[in-house]
Amino acid sequence: MDNYLDRSIIEMFFFESEQLIEQIDRAVLLAEKAGDYSPELVNEILRAMHTIKGSAATMKYSNIAELAHALEDVLHYLREHKPRHVDNSELTDLVLEGSDLIKVELHKLKNGDRNDGDTTDIIVRVRDFLARLDPDNAVGAGISQTEELAEDPAQATFSSRSKSYFAHLVFDDSSGMENLRAFTVAHHLGEMADDCRYEPSDIAVNESSADVIRSEGFRIWFRSAATDEELHQFFSRASYLRSFELSLIEEADTSTDGEANGNGALRASPDINGPPSGDIAPPARQLEREDQTNIQQSIISVHVSKLDKLMDLVGELVISEAMVTQNPDLRGLSLENFMKSARHLRKITSEIQDMVMSIRMVPLTATFHKMYRIVRDVSKKLGKDVQLRLIGEETEVDKNIIERISDPLMHIIRNAIDHGIEMPEDRIRAGKDKAGTITLEARNVGSDVFIAIRDDGGGLDKARILDKARRNGLLHRPAQEMTDKEIYAMIFLPGFSTKEKVSEFSGRGVGMDVVVSNIEAVGGSVWVESEQGAGSDVYFKIPLTLAIIDGMNIRVGHSRFTIPITAIKESFRPTDKDLIRDPNGYEMIMVRGQCYPIVRLHDRFGTDGAKRDLTAGIMIMVESETSTYCLFADELIGEQQVVVKSLPEYIRAYKKISGLAGCTLLGDGSISLILDVERLR
Amino acid sequence: MANMAEEMYETEDTQKGKYLTFALDSEYYGIEIKHVTEIIGVQTITEVPEMPEYIRGIINLRGKIIPVMDVRLRFKKPFRAYNDRTCVIVVDIRDVSIGLIVDQVSEVLSIPDGEIVPPPELSNVMHSYITGIGKVGNEVKLLLDCDKLLHQEDSEQLASIG
Repeated sequence: MDNYLDRSIIEMFFFESEQLIEQIDRAVLLAEKAGDYSPELVNEILRAMHTIKGSAATMKYSNIAELAHALEDVLHYLREHKPRHVDNSELTDLVLEGSDLIKVELHKLKNGDRNDGDTTDIIVRVRDFLARLDPDNAVGAGISQTEELAEDPAQATFSSRSKSYFAHLVFDDSSGMENLRAFTVAHHLGEMADDCRYEPSDIAVNESSADVIRSEGFRIWFRSAATDEELHQFFSRASYLRSFELSLIEEADTSTDGEANGNGALRASPDINGPPSGDIAPPARQLEREDQTNIQQSIISVHVSKLDKLMDLVGELVISEAMVTQNPDLRGLSLENFMKSARHLRKITSEIQDMVMSIRMVPLTATFHKMYRIVRDVSKKLGKDVQLRLIGEETEVDKNIIERISDPLMHIIRNAIDHGIEMPEDRIRAGKDKAGTITLEARNVGSDVFIAIRDDGGGLDKARILDKARRNGLLHRPAQEMTDKEIYAMIFLPGFSTKEKVSEFSGRGVGMDVVVSNIEAVGGSVWVESEQGAGSDVYFKIPLTLAIIDGMNIRVGHSRFTIPITAIKESFRPTDKDLIRDPNGYEMIMVRGQCYPIVRLHDRFGTDGAKRDLTAGIMIMVESETSTYCLFADELIGEQQVVVKSLPEYIRAYKKISGLAGCTLLGDGSISLILDVERLR
Repeated sequence: MANMAEEMYETEDTQKGKYLTFALDSEYYGIEIKHVTEIIGVQTITEVPEMPEYIRGIINLRGKIIPVMDVRLRFKKPFRAYNDRTCVIVVDIRDVSIGLIVDQVSEVLSIPDGEIVPPPELSNVMHSYITGIGKVGNEVKLLLDCDKLLHQEDSEQLASIG
């Protein structure tokens, strides 16, 4: 992209358009639920479509603009004429299909691909729909437009409701090469307007035209379907433009196009219609919009990379605070005033830290609401009746995490509808409500967020899972030795799929393992609970934030490790009589009548110089998702807030070390390895 | 004229043809100066489990955590205890930072391309890391390919054994 539109505008465009598309989806689904398109909803969708169309046209993404324009026409008709017989479900499908297409195109653009999706097919269908709605007015026009469309879609789109405008542009004195700047503007204007004529007309070839523009300004006549607001926006974005005047030209006769129109335009002088210039009285439409967004005035959007950087800096701050207050030079000194100041410093750093964290926190609402759409599409396709219930959607999670849980959630929900929820007749036969329910629930538990996806479907079939696992060679232990949880966990293994038939939505056996790896990538875990005939629950446990955790530092030989405090149940010094060793050499310890396995960290990580005598060191009982066990270490060093850093890339590329979640810097500048209790055993 | 052209070239790319030389036992090695970020003394190294022997662990370089590789061990030389001459050369290759532990850092030398000869074709393991042999006066410096030093698995070795 040239400097005419810089990167930030493009990013803003994506951001806005995605939000608008989501808004449209939401409104459409609401309307579908209500069984009717209320004027408010039509308005909302129309407004969003309109904005998308405008900004897409400005950005030269013409296929998006055309599609949005076609849909806008339909909604506009609905709003203005309030027809009585509207096929709501067809309308819903069309709008959703359209919004999907736009989503795909946006995604392509975001990845740096071209927006090459073909929108003509859906535009034809939308026009057709409109034609049926409005037989007297649009039948002829509709058909002719469709025909036209096949040849030149852009032409058809813009000629339908376009108006003639006149614009007078004055460039900055210092800009130079006015003729080329003017040509750029005219060229870009061509994207959203037809019949562009300008004076002086030889700007592209004649350099002396720059002088004319400098003295008299650049005058341009065009026809455009875009609104005043969009045109104002367009001109105000042009580079080196000092001022501009834009005015609407009343046309004597719209039917005689071409020459007559051109003459009309030339005759019209800008002051006929009282030219609305850029800085006087914004169009009414804009005012109305400002009213609505007043509440958002106190909100600014910040690039996530800046927040990431801020987070890093706060991390460094936490470390340097520890370096100062726990400085070895201070050992053994009694420094009352220093300690007082140090406490104050600590208080402030932890407040900053909390604040930065809270800035990064985003409620799950948007992610959860997306699921309405998934549920609707999948259940409709499969002929099932499914409702989605949301609980705790206001729960907040770190921005980085939220981005990575959307896909897994979608996947689990698709699976739940496809495999879990039964067909309506089966449900009635089983004495259940005809409509299945999927409940999406989020809640905070300590420093984690639990997300549960529950369905009231058939539940997991243990025998079939085992059978399938056996056939796919995934079963490595005798079935009777496995707990229910372990059997259910097998559905997350790569290459596992119980559905006999592969459907569009699920059943290929890829995906469930991707869910696990996605969730694990953000330090979370996944497990399933199920009851045959009553449904199954999938749980995600994800940390609130990735960056800073409360850790317990321990020493093993020369090495230092950090265990997340939340995983620790207790620590104690073992006595000889509690230690048990089974015939296979596995060590266990009896605590209050319960037996727990022991993991010797020095053996696990091959650390030299560690204590070997269990009674000389310390036991730390930790709880993972699947089990509770005891870690054996030399001693506890102390509790500290630690900044989680990933291991250097070189090391990660060499090998993924199981049992290590990352590393961190301690107060004395040394490095401690953070243990991953889920994968230590 | 030729001189001037050379001078201009020099100012354009002052790092060209310059090598940081270091010693392992009695041999001298050179790495291209453009890869070198800094040279530090040996710091406390935190061991990382499940790594090959030559990756000694990770160090804290002013808040940045980087791995350190003992070049002696990488070249299958016996381990030698670190002393006050032992240095860590921090190199940055394709955005991967890593510290190279060497016996002692010598100096920065200009070795023009004309003084560099390709290594003799020997089926020795070490030669895969060497791009050329630079002649400086009566001495020779073995010029290392940092990329291979970092990323090459010991596959040739296995192949030669097999």
